Amino acid sequence: MTEPLVCASNLTKHFGDFVAVDSVDFSVKPGEVFGFLGPNGAGKSSTMKMIGAVSPVTDGALTVFGLDPDQDGPAIRGRLGVVPQDNLLDTELTVFENLFIYGRYFDLPKPVIRDRIDELLDFAQLGERRNDLVEPLSGGMKRRLTIARALINQPDLMLLDEPTTGLDPQARHALWDRLYRLKQQGVTLIITTHYMDEAEQLCDRLVVMDKGKIVAEGSPQELIERYATREVVELRFPIGETPGEDKLDGLAKRIEALPDRTLLYTDNAEQSLLDLNERPLPIESTIVRRATLEDVFLRLTGRTLVD
Amino acid sequence: MLVVERHARVYRRTWRGSVISTFANPILYLLAMGLGLGSLVDQGGGSVQLDHDYLTWLAPGLLAAATMMTATGESLYPVMAGMKWNKYYSDALSTPVSTHDLVVGHFGWLTLRVLFTAVVFSGVMVTFGSIGFSRVLLVIPPSVLAGLAFAGPVTAYAARLEKETGLSAVFRFVITPLFLFSGIFFPIEQLPDWMEPIAYATPLWHGVELTRASALGIETALHPAVHIAVMVAFLAVGAAIANRLFHKRLVV
Ligand SMILES: Nc1ncnc2c1ncn2[C@@H]1O[C@H](COP(=O)(O)OP(=O)(O)OP(=O)(O)O)[C@@H](O)[C@H]1O
Ligand SMILES: [Mg+2]
Repeated sequence: MTEPLVCASNLTKHFGDFVAVDSVDFSVKPGEVFGFLGPNGAGKSSTMKMIGAVSPVTDGALTVFGLDPDQDGPAIRGRLGVVPQDNLLDTELTVFENLFIYGRYFDLPKPVIRDRIDELLDFAQLGERRNDLVEPLSGGMKRRLTIARALINQPDLMLLDEPTTGLDPQARHALWDRLYRLKQQGVTLIITTHYMDEAEQLCDRLVVMDKGKIVAEGSPQELIERYATREVVELRFPIGETPGEDKLDGLAKRIEALPDRTLLYTDNAEQSLLDLNERPLPIESTIVRRATLEDVFLRLTGRTLVD
Repeated sequence: MLVVERHARVYRRTWRGSVISTFANPILYLLAMGLGLGSLVDQGGGSVQLDHDYLTWLAPGLLAAATMMTATGESLYPVMAGMKWNKYYSDALSTPVSTHDLVVGHFGWLTLRVLFTAVVFSGVMVTFGSIGFSRVLLVIPPSVLAGLAFAGPVTAYAARLEKETGLSAVFRFVITPLFLFSGIFFPIEQLPDWMEPIAYATPLWHGVELTRASALGIETALHPAVHIAVMVAFLAVGAAIANRLFHKRLVV
């Protein structure tokens, strides 16, 4: 059994009277990709900032690399690669200088930084913007630069707070590929995302947070098995003609009525469809699919997917 | 000290405007006040009372004022930028850099900027003939200290500033009155008696006294150690408060 890289017990964060993170427990093993899911305001970023040793812990215990963020903040931060939710780039510097100065904050030798910058600009596809100021870059370019910058110190642990928000599909796949390679090299990744497909693809293990608490924990597959069924039948009805739940009773294990569609959770979609045919319902369209993390998310955090 | 490198990088892009004003300001002031106004003062018997011609007497005071201006400006806008506009402070804090490093970097860079202003200004004084080569190096330490005495409290003030209007207020309500009434243009003995103690309480008067005494080779009003101690106290207390405020505002 290896020592956990990050270990939190009863971890709590208050902002004044407001409780942003409410006594959570989790631990992250070396080499694993660990995810935080949850609706807006759940406390994901607040947790990430405590792990990143930039936001003091209000209560509970937290260790990162076996160190206490309160005592050994600089030592912890020196081994982290942080991609914050909001791009905190230095707008008074150019693309190159942002990478260079950031590397200098880690006290890396200048020639080493220069070598790494060439490779990172390549990865971020920003080689042509090397000497441009950061401010006029597009949102996605800033995001790519922020991600590239987080790699300058060759971190052991990366904290990625919604890394792919605002990226085009190509850039997103390039990032996934990079993250996969980092994982191969033994880098541990902690990631938050609102994209369930991303969480399903990337995360070995994840927790779902809601209102400052952890409401579920497990691998994507485990969570789907535990909180959803094997298959889902999605029904659409004409506007205003969505039937009451009583009309659908007995068709599936669980029924979820969303604003735009109704979901039937079932282990046997074929049987549910047959049963459905026998009821006189004004169905507009029917889709059968396998259950995903999104279904887990909906179930655990109360129906609406907030994004 | 790594933070100083960052400031130097930013300056590399914006230096032109600031270098021009660093040279232009002393030339304009020495021309208008020293030569223009000075010829009147000297004809009216001022130079007898001051023991020197007006330009020679005035220039060291203007030097101390120039470092005060530079230090104040550099403590207001860049700090506000780091806290609010650009947020590069929070950015740096995700690395091993601490708020203490940010404060040290700020004062380190500021000292270089103030030193640059002092060197340029005293160079202009030499070309105006208001100071000789033998004394010019002596005026640099006291004038730099005068600037730093302002940098301390002004940085602390900027560290907790929320609104931009608070920036120009410093110049309007603090810097301009001090500039006029700290013994730069006339000895503070000319002021009404009740105003004199106020001058004693401000760092600029101490800076002017010390710089002028070094330039002219005359006695200071108080013991030099007192002048130095007052300015060091302003710097030290201001910097300590700034250090606390940086931590309080940035580490949440
Ligand atoms: N500096 C702060 N001061 C006061 N309240 C804060 C601060 N930072 C976060 N909060 C509050 O803490 C709660 C959790 O915020 P947090 O940013 O951790 O949520 P999140 O899960 O990351 O949400 P999102 O998906 O929108 O990024 C929110 O209600 C937020 O308003
Ligand atoms: Mg967040």
